[in-house]
Amino acid sequence: MKRKDIKIVSISAYIGFILFSFITGFDPGKQIGENFVTFSVDMLKILPCAFVLIGLFEVWVKKETVEKHFGKEAGIRGYMWAVLLAGTTVGGLYVAFPVAYSLYNKGAKLSVIFTYIGASAICRVPMTIFEASFMGIKFSSIRLLVSLPLVIISSILLGDYLEKRNYKIMEGK
Amino acid sequence: MYYLYIVTAFALAFSLIADRKKTLMAIKIAVKKFVNILPAFLTMLILVSIVLFLVPDKTISNCLGNNNKFVGMIFASVFGSITLMPGFIAFPLCGILLKKGVPYMVLSAFTTTLMMVGVLTYPIEKEYFGMKVTVIRNVISFFIAIIVALVIGIFFGEVF
Repeated sequence: MKRKDIKIVSISAYIGFILFSFITGFDPGKQIGENFVTFSVDMLKILPCAFVLIGLFEVWVKKETVEKHFGKEAGIRGYMWAVLLAGTTVGGLYVAFPVAYSLYNKGAKLSVIFTYIGASAICRVPMTIFEASFMGIKFSSIRLLVSLPLVIISSILLGDYLEKRNYKIMEGK
Repeated sequence: MYYLYIVTAFALAFSLIADRKKTLMAIKIAVKKFVNILPAFLTMLILVSIVLFLVPDKTISNCLGNNNKFVGMIFASVFGSITLMPGFIAFPLCGILLKKGVPYMVLSAFTTTLMMVGVLTYPIEKEYFGMKVTVIRNVISFFIAIIVALVIGIFFGEVF
């Protein structure tokens, strides 16, 4: 329990420092507090919806369905589905992790969920359109065409390596 | 962003019509999962708030505009890895830097690491996948970002 104590102490210290800064008008502390609020609000706009969808996914989608499309028999289709699903994911990595975890528990292959995580970082559709509008279509297309195959290949290598070592993703989250 | 709300609302409504009990269970699962991961999120938010204070946009802009593109690229990938920025801030910033003459490959290194490598999301990723896998995935992602940046540099005639 020692680690937990350290955590509680540092979180309390952080809160104390922010409160103190706002009372005394200490600028760096105020800025840090504002950063915290901005990012919390940003994530709270997305997370409740994301977790409700994960909950619905857990009760409605059958294990066999996930196994069929994202599991061992799925083959190449599994990676395709992972990339398509990633394209519609909102937020970023912090949303992709819990989704990937649920997929895995329902029977998705390791390499497929790593593909999903990587792809949800680089090819979310709204983000890519936004990127192209600032950086140009040439930039975005090269980025996608180079990074996506690399993500899939590295996911397959990592997935196979971990499966050989009987790696299991933690339970209980 | 709005489509997320619309999709969630529709999914919930359909689920409620189809089976009240199952829907309630889904909500319970959602709350439980959310509460379980909340401490990790809190840790991440605290780290984000401090790192963004220590490394403001201005510092990033200055370092990305380094005269040597390869030095700029390394700076860019390090900043991209250790910071966390929503796309609606990052891309406009890159648009401005592009107009100022920062090479495409430097900006590519920045945005790709920003999206793929998460030093600050480490507390969350670790909760789900464990320390080892988290480290491996992030290291691989870092190298993918460097490769992407170099290819971008070649296509835009910045490397040779």
